[in-house]
Amino acid sequence: MDPLLLLVQLLNGVQLGLLLFLVAAGLTLVFGILDVINLAHGVLYMVGAYAAAVVLVRSGHFALAVLAGPLVALGAGLALDRLVLRFVYDRDHLDQVLATFGVLIFVNELVRVLFGPAALPFPLPAGFEWSVRLPGGATYPAWRLAIIAAGAILAFLLFWVLTRTRAGMLVRAAATDPAMLEMLGVDVRRLFLLVLGAGAALAGFAGAMAGPIVAVQPGMGDQILILAFVVIVTGGTGSVQGALLGSLLVGLADTLGRSFLTDMLRLALPPAAANEVGPALASMLIYLVMAGVLLARPRGLMPVRRAAR
Amino acid sequence: MRLGIAIAAAMVLWAGSAPAQELRVGFMATFTGPGANLGQHLRDGFLLGLDHVGGRLGGLETKLTIVDDQLKPDVARQEVDKLLEKEKVHFVVGIVFSNVLMAIYKPTIESGAFLISANAGPSPVAGAQCSERFFSTSWQNDQTHSALGKYAQDKGYRRVFLLAPNYQAGKDGLNGFKRYYRGTIVDEVYTQLGAVDFSAEIAKIQAAKPEAVYAFMPGGPGIALLKQYAQAGLTKQIPLLSAFTIDDTSLPALGDAADGLVSASQWAADFDNPANARFVADFRKKYGYVPSYFAAQAYDAAQLIDAAVRSTGGRLDDKTALRDALRNARFASVKGKWRLNTNHIPINDFYYVSPGKLADGTPAMVKGDLVFADYGDEYAKDCPMKW
Repeated sequence: MDPLLLLVQLLNGVQLGLLLFLVAAGLTLVFGILDVINLAHGVLYMVGAYAAAVVLVRSGHFALAVLAGPLVALGAGLALDRLVLRFVYDRDHLDQVLATFGVLIFVNELVRVLFGPAALPFPLPAGFEWSVRLPGGATYPAWRLAIIAAGAILAFLLFWVLTRTRAGMLVRAAATDPAMLEMLGVDVRRLFLLVLGAGAALAGFAGAMAGPIVAVQPGMGDQILILAFVVIVTGGTGSVQGALLGSLLVGLADTLGRSFLTDMLRLALPPAAANEVGPALASMLIYLVMAGVLLARPRGLMPVRRAAR
Repeated sequence: MRLGIAIAAAMVLWAGSAPAQELRVGFMATFTGPGANLGQHLRDGFLLGLDHVGGRLGGLETKLTIVDDQLKPDVARQEVDKLLEKEKVHFVVGIVFSNVLMAIYKPTIESGAFLISANAGPSPVAGAQCSERFFSTSWQNDQTHSALGKYAQDKGYRRVFLLAPNYQAGKDGLNGFKRYYRGTIVDEVYTQLGAVDFSAEIAKIQAAKPEAVYAFMPGGPGIALLKQYAQAGLTKQIPLLSAFTIDDTSLPALGDAADGLVSASQWAADFDNPANARFVADFRKKYGYVPSYFAAQAYDAAQLIDAAVRSTGGRLDDKTALRDALRNARFASVKGKWRLNTNHIPINDFYYVSPGKLADGTPAMVKGDLVFADYGDEYAKDCPMKW
């Protein structure tokens, strides 16, 4: 195996992982703290990407676009709370899945009606059209480095807020025992709204950052939502550390599987069979990893210890 | 004034009581989900074709019912049953995706209606399962892939890297490419259907150092792939050839990332013939965007039905006469020529196409050199029809 290719693929895996983390962090907080399964979380990622695309094309300023993504997603998240989620907070998970799945279908169609079914243009921001040349002929696009940097900075900020601030302490307390927190006089409802808003803004930011590398089109959030669920289940629901660990694990497993699995199988199998089995196995790999983790640790890698409800 | 209304009402009543022959068409395409953009192109092309004959195909009162297959074969089957049993359509037209076409193929042709594919062309319906009730205004799926294989061969690329989604059409596509390509395949990579990140595949391409890449990556994943390929700075170093990936449906989203890409097609917006000039100009005026080959094929489908029904004198009940009329229809195709193979799939000239500009500066896929002249598909020999 070419060590340089391995290095590049590790970098690719980390980058995919950090992008996933931005989506999964919000999802895991909402699931872990509000105890709501929010299938509409991927929609917020799409809303962020669309808002950024529209602002970028209209204004030409990427900084404005990257601000618009999380802001509009935040607004959409709060509207989601007002219009749908507050009716299902206390219902069981199946009701939440039904309600938020309805939102997912509705918003996907709404976006199609408003913007058309075609993908929107979302060019690379000015100043990022270059790539870093690595030894051995490989290149690494500047925008991917920007995603890595933004993901790392946000992960750090999130941990800082959660572990070093009063609001973060309350959020962690709410994840463990919301009833007790309420009895201590904390407005848990407002805290929930804060968590939901932060999660929505993170997803919107992820959408804006992913805009230049993916197709900005209706339904773009559905694929990422599945991955985000794999991440939070692997990492342990409700835990941001778990989400980061899960994201990196899923990103690396997916990337390395796609890169090397078929080639490795070719050493043992005839080429036609390796071509058949390799890609199928590579696309299953993250689910196998998840199953493996759950087998060893049924509540994920870093579960939040929770008081009995 | 009141008298005028009375006369108008009387005329409506009179017209309603006349035993007018009605032509019923069911138009099916994908209008929801990731393939919705293609369905829109297909529908708009057909509607413009209908417009150009004054809303009357073959001079008959035309009733058009448009349905959404949602890219789900089971939904398509239900919808086509409704079209055939309730609407009693004479023609089922449209169909973007091959799996949808296969799902409705048997029920439609067995019901006695004609099925006109304006896009999908899977191999079974071109070969052994061909039917006198099935016609196409597009191609057989492999042909575009084969044209790019021929292009790579003609260009003298010695080492090519292949990339496609991991499903049947992906494998068929790469096999179509290999039919005319004789050089070395350095690697053949299959990605997950619906993948959005291609960094791993791009790194593999950089490590393999091929002379060209051939990709079949339709829809959103294709846009993601082309953007990421351009961002890695590869487009200028390693030419990217592709089928059903860069076209007039994805070009607007790609912008500069499309520069230097190569594909192949039997039609492009800058084809120089009067029928095409009118089609492209009127399409852009009516819908505000540049038509793709999807729209062109659907426009030809409307023209084919119009010409055939006209030549039977508007008789729809004699199916044999209508079949012969469809086989021998003469109309001004936007491709500049129209000829069907024995399996009812067009024999096309294939050109290589690349992103460029129309006369007024609008970005569009434009025609390059001829790759194949009068190219009939490889499956026609398995079709038992003789005519």
